[in-house]
Amino acid sequence: MSATPRTDGLVIAGRELSSRLILGTGGFTRLETLGKAIEVTGTAMVTVALRRLAVGGDAVHGSLMAVLDAHHVGVLPNTAGCYTARDAIRTAQLAREAFRTDWVKLEVIGDERTLLPDALELLAAAEALVADGFTVLPYTTDDPVLARRLEDVGCAAVMPLGSPIGSGMGIRNPYNLSLIRDQTKLPVILDAGIGTASDAALAMELGCDGILVASAISRAHDPVAMARAIRAGVEAGRLAHGAGRIARRRYAEASTPDEGRADLA
Amino acid sequence: MVISVNGDRTEIASGTTVAELLNLLEAPDRGVAVAIDGEVVPRGEWIRTEIGEDAKVEVVVAVQGG
Repeated sequence: MSATPRTDGLVIAGRELSSRLILGTGGFTRLETLGKAIEVTGTAMVTVALRRLAVGGDAVHGSLMAVLDAHHVGVLPNTAGCYTARDAIRTAQLAREAFRTDWVKLEVIGDERTLLPDALELLAAAEALVADGFTVLPYTTDDPVLARRLEDVGCAAVMPLGSPIGSGMGIRNPYNLSLIRDQTKLPVILDAGIGTASDAALAMELGCDGILVASAISRAHDPVAMARAIRAGVEAGRLAHGAGRIARRRYAEASTPDEGRADLA
Repeated sequence: MVISVNGDRTEIASGTTVAELLNLLEAPDRGVAVAIDGEVVPRGEWIRTEIGEDAKVEVVVAVQGG
């Protein structure tokens, strides 16, 4: 009698995604490469943004949606570029009409150079959007207290940064990420900062439920190879987290028994 | 009648609806949303929402973004 294989999908707001890797579509210079990255990562959800229609422009916009449709991935609209709660709320409402989804990756930025979140505006926007029926996934700092406040207002997940967007600096404060993991029942998705596969593995080893990655793949020298590497990193880290790592020790502990050694004197 | 579309001064016939404007702009069918004077116009209301004089219309479309 064999048990049904346990699926290891990422469940957010009752919806199961078959992959723990959410792919950001930003930074790909060719849609064909984006399509290949979707295939190789096995992602079930990708982020998209909204920008003004270039009046009299070409038909490039349509083909992004065509690529996403062809790969049957879910769409997670973001509010990138918003600096106030008001702008972010309006953008989320536009996205709801554009993509027929009430899911939103909520970004409210507080600083142009670091693109770090504005905690106060983020919390206000999250609360308003939850009240308006949205499933809110906030991009947040790695502050455990802010993460708790976002959970309290009804967010569906928390998405703390490892380091600034596009910086590739990895996880600067693994301790904070662990605190967030320990205190929340919500899915924790590492968003921003991943530079390479080991960063993705570390996020998962720390107990994150998933990662969101864009630049590390799209801006890699070989995006498709990096997509494969980061997928493997996510899987390795997830397995390692479940396996339970050994405790760190200051000194060595031999794995070979000391007894029974031959007398070679 | 003059309106603003994505910041550009645009001349349209009075009584033009949102749906008609999107046709004129050759906007894609998917991944499109519209706001007039800062308020989102639900997709289902595009065919009956007439754009008023001096309206500030924003038409946004899906683009790549993290």
